[in-house]
Amino acid sequence: MTNEIILAGFGGQGILFAGKALAYGGLIAEKEVSWLPSYGPEMRGGTCNCSVCISDEPIGSPLVNDPNLLIVMNTPSFEKFIGTAKKGAKVFVDSTMVDVTTDRKDIDCYYVPATQLATDNGLSGMANIILLGKLIKETGILDLETVEKAMSKCIPPKKANLLDANMKAVKIGMNYKD
Amino acid sequence: MERKLMKGNEALAEAAIRAGCKCFFGYPITPQTEISAYLAKNFAKAGGLFLQAESEIAAINMVLGASSTGTRVMTSSSSPGISLKSEGISYIAGSDLPAVIINVQRGGPGLGGIQPSQADYWQATKALGHGDFQLLVYAPASVQEMVDMVVKAFDKADEYRMPAMILADGFLGQMMEPIEFPEIKAEQVEKPWAANGHGGKRAHNIINSLYLKPEQLEKNVFERYERYEKIKATEADAEMYLTEDAEITLVAYGATARVVKSAVNMAREQGIKAGLVRPKTLWPFPVKQINEAAKSAEKFLVVEMSMGQMIDDVKLAINCSKPVEFMGRTGGMIMKPVEVLEEIKKIGGKK
Repeated sequence: MTNEIILAGFGGQGILFAGKALAYGGLIAEKEVSWLPSYGPEMRGGTCNCSVCISDEPIGSPLVNDPNLLIVMNTPSFEKFIGTAKKGAKVFVDSTMVDVTTDRKDIDCYYVPATQLATDNGLSGMANIILLGKLIKETGILDLETVEKAMSKCIPPKKANLLDANMKAVKIGMNYKD
Repeated sequence: MERKLMKGNEALAEAAIRAGCKCFFGYPITPQTEISAYLAKNFAKAGGLFLQAESEIAAINMVLGASSTGTRVMTSSSSPGISLKSEGISYIAGSDLPAVIINVQRGGPGLGGIQPSQADYWQATKALGHGDFQLLVYAPASVQEMVDMVVKAFDKADEYRMPAMILADGFLGQMMEPIEFPEIKAEQVEKPWAANGHGGKRAHNIINSLYLKPEQLEKNVFERYERYEKIKATEADAEMYLTEDAEITLVAYGATARVVKSAVNMAREQGIKAGLVRPKTLWPFPVKQINEAAKSAEKFLVVEMSMGQMIDDVKLAINCSKPVEFMGRTGGMIMKPVEVLEEIKKIGGKK
């Protein structure tokens, strides 16, 4: 089984961080993983995305073209990637930031007002992690303990105090019902 | 040992430190800047010298100077920057000096783009500067190989007294994968030729690439080419994947080989006998391994992120005894596994 994941949004929303946390989680769960960022001019203020593969097999191309899991955090990314999602894909949308929906019936879309939830809970800037929590809940690809270990690997030592807030955000995402 | 998640560029930089590299001279350019950034942060603590030169040309000449003293030294750039370094690389080769040069390729020609490419194959393997000379050229296909090959490049460069290149691309530099750092014994290679000061105890060593007497220059070049023959016989390396019974054999290196391997797996699932030869050294080219695969192959398909450069070496390796087809994307585009599969079917992959 290979999970091919795309995370996309604006630079600054924590797209690359959320992708790294997922990849580290896969590594801790003893899977094969890869993480590939977009590194073009788009990451400087425009849209930004990264490809993450988590697999039982060695990973071929690290570039995901047709994701089976997709996190989108702004409208341009939604429009760019919604058509690429594989049949049966699960898509996690920050509905505070994305004001459109899809007609596709062959994919499962979860609309989570992640930015609003983050603000309401004093977790400004952690909408990415709320969506990550929802993804983990709906897919079961990682358990909570693994996510916590992965977070502690990804959060730089100087910001270690943010681990609790991040885990709170994960749980808000896991418990959100739309 | 614990597996760590690291970017290709950073893993390569860490491996260089562990391999006993003591000097780095470079100039930033996407998509390899993390190498400089990592060394700027960590090299001094490990007893190394990091210096951002005023240009690529200055950097490569600093490499020449440091190498002359017997110091393990590295520089790094991406395609346009490597072109700037080419004069200095020719001087390093002409002076029989070891050095490690990293090229994290991007699209060209000119300033081109910043997305991954493999269009510097000819430059790396045929003509990185003027004159009769070669570099050892290693082609990693994973972050782990970025680590392993840079260590090997330092050892082999010292052993053969010649520059060695890691020919990577933007994917390998930017992606993160789990890696392990092997136990590295920084080899203490004797360098009796080094110009490193001796207090008048021996005749002084001269590092030079200028020989105005043609007899002397020819003799030097002949001697170098004897070494190259030995290297061709012993250092060529390739991964052979499902080639034993393959009727269609694909040849690809670096990041492209990963895409091709996925396509080969898909072809096999459909009953098509496809295989992959993945050169790990581009110079010397794995001629023997290609010929091994040619025993069962009816056709070759070379896949590159360029308009077709390595394909020449595949044709030469088998003396054009089998049809050799080509598939490529360029300018920073990469093919999808299903597109490679379609090409395999198109050129006649039988079920």
